[in-house]
Amino acid sequence: MRVFLIVRIFMIVIGRDLQLAIKNGGTTVTLLIFYLSIGVIMPIAIGPDKEMLAGLAPAIIWVGALLSTLLGLDRLFVSDHEDGTLLSLHHANISMASIALAKIIAHWLITALPLILITPLLAIMLFMEMPVFLATMSALLLGTPALTALGAIGAAVAVTLKRGGVVAPILILPLAIPVLIFGVSAANNFAANMVSSSATLFLAALSLLTIAFSPFAISLALKAAQE
Amino acid sequence: MTPDNKPKNWFSALAHPGKFMRWSRYFIWPLIILTAISFAIGLWFALFNSPPDYQMGETVRIMYIHVPNAWLSQMVYSIMAISAIGSLVWRHPLADVAMKAAAPLGAAFTAMALFTGSLWGRPAWGTYWEWDGRMTSTLVLFLIYLGLIALWNTFSDQSKGARIIAVFTLVGAINIPIIKFSVDWWNGLHQPSIIKADGLSMPAELYTPLLIMTLAFTLLFFTLHLINMRTEVLRRRANSLERQHVIASSGGASTSLDVTNTDLDNKGGDND
Repeated sequence: MRVFLIVRIFMIVIGRDLQLAIKNGGTTVTLLIFYLSIGVIMPIAIGPDKEMLAGLAPAIIWVGALLSTLLGLDRLFVSDHEDGTLLSLHHANISMASIALAKIIAHWLITALPLILITPLLAIMLFMEMPVFLATMSALLLGTPALTALGAIGAAVAVTLKRGGVVAPILILPLAIPVLIFGVSAANNFAANMVSSSATLFLAALSLLTIAFSPFAISLALKAAQE
Repeated sequence: MTPDNKPKNWFSALAHPGKFMRWSRYFIWPLIILTAISFAIGLWFALFNSPPDYQMGETVRIMYIHVPNAWLSQMVYSIMAISAIGSLVWRHPLADVAMKAAAPLGAAFTAMALFTGSLWGRPAWGTYWEWDGRMTSTLVLFLIYLGLIALWNTFSDQSKGARIIAVFTLVGAINIPIIKFSVDWWNGLHQPSIIKADGLSMPAELYTPLLIMTLAFTLLFFTLHLINMRTEVLRRRANSLERQHVIASSGGASTSLDVTNTDLDNKGGDND
């Protein structure tokens, strides 16, 4: 019975975050606009050279996804901290780590999934070939959970800070570099050979590892913040 | 907070902030003298009493600064990670202080390692910078240090911030094994480790100055770390005295004020 209770609370937390995101859906739309803007400014900055843009496209898309993820971090725990939701969850009869995992999943659904769904628009703007595009999409699906999980650590660390919105990206950016490296090379390798390479496996491993361990770091940080 | 009126063992007795202030002051001058002596011997070996390398010539002497700094960049982070565990598990205020005092030193040593590395890279590899595994991961380490310093500066409540920062310090510690094994995982420009199972792959004339310089830099770190820690303890005492003064002068409002984070003061008596 206890397992059912935990699963139920888990689903309630996810559902609540999704409902909140739908009701005041400004954040997701802002992120999408930011992500698309990166697709707009890069061709302007680099120049409309088709081949060069197509070659750089996976890297541009990954940088865009990383920056958009960092941009979306600041409200992840702050509003729940301010209105006392975190405190009541902290006193609830369920571990904070599972709450953190639910928040990560909800945040991925709100921020990362819309980015992936809108990536075809960027692919057209950057003249991507079909194999490269498919490879980038699959790399994004594999790698963005790691970005969200790492970002959630940064958001939890910065939750009590007035200037947290600036500090969290600075903390997380160095940790996200492996995801960026393996994400771009997974896309490029797959496009070149049409087989999944070790970079793809590394990317999947990074996502699994960060999702497995980040809830515990997040719960430690959130508990310290509640004291 | 930590109720350590009666320390249970020798370690908690030594780590008690008041006692720490008392015993640590006798270590500062001996450490400074030891550091100066080992730097004098080390520099004499490094600059005058060691042969130029048969391949790199005189530029090999950069190694005697570069390698100790690179070693310290990782050792300091390890010390911070151990302090972070102490801070999270035992909530010891001195572990917080050790963690905070180490961060700027680690950033400085890492910056020195990167700087001397690029100076050495120019004659040895023909480039100031290359995105090779060890350089990239050391640069990431430098960025993590800077992030931690920024984090310390943003927390107004230092003892609450310490536990949150400890969590992040441990998360960032994943980078240390990456730096260590980067030369084995990626075949970049950096040479693999010189210490192998079958002994040192380096002549003794070059190894002696390197060892002494590493010792000298490590002593330099311990000296600066101890001074930094003492300064931090004194700074927290001054802050809490200031707070107490405000509470005392504002009258009976003291009951509502949270003074639990002043656990560094008035516990071991004064050391002055």
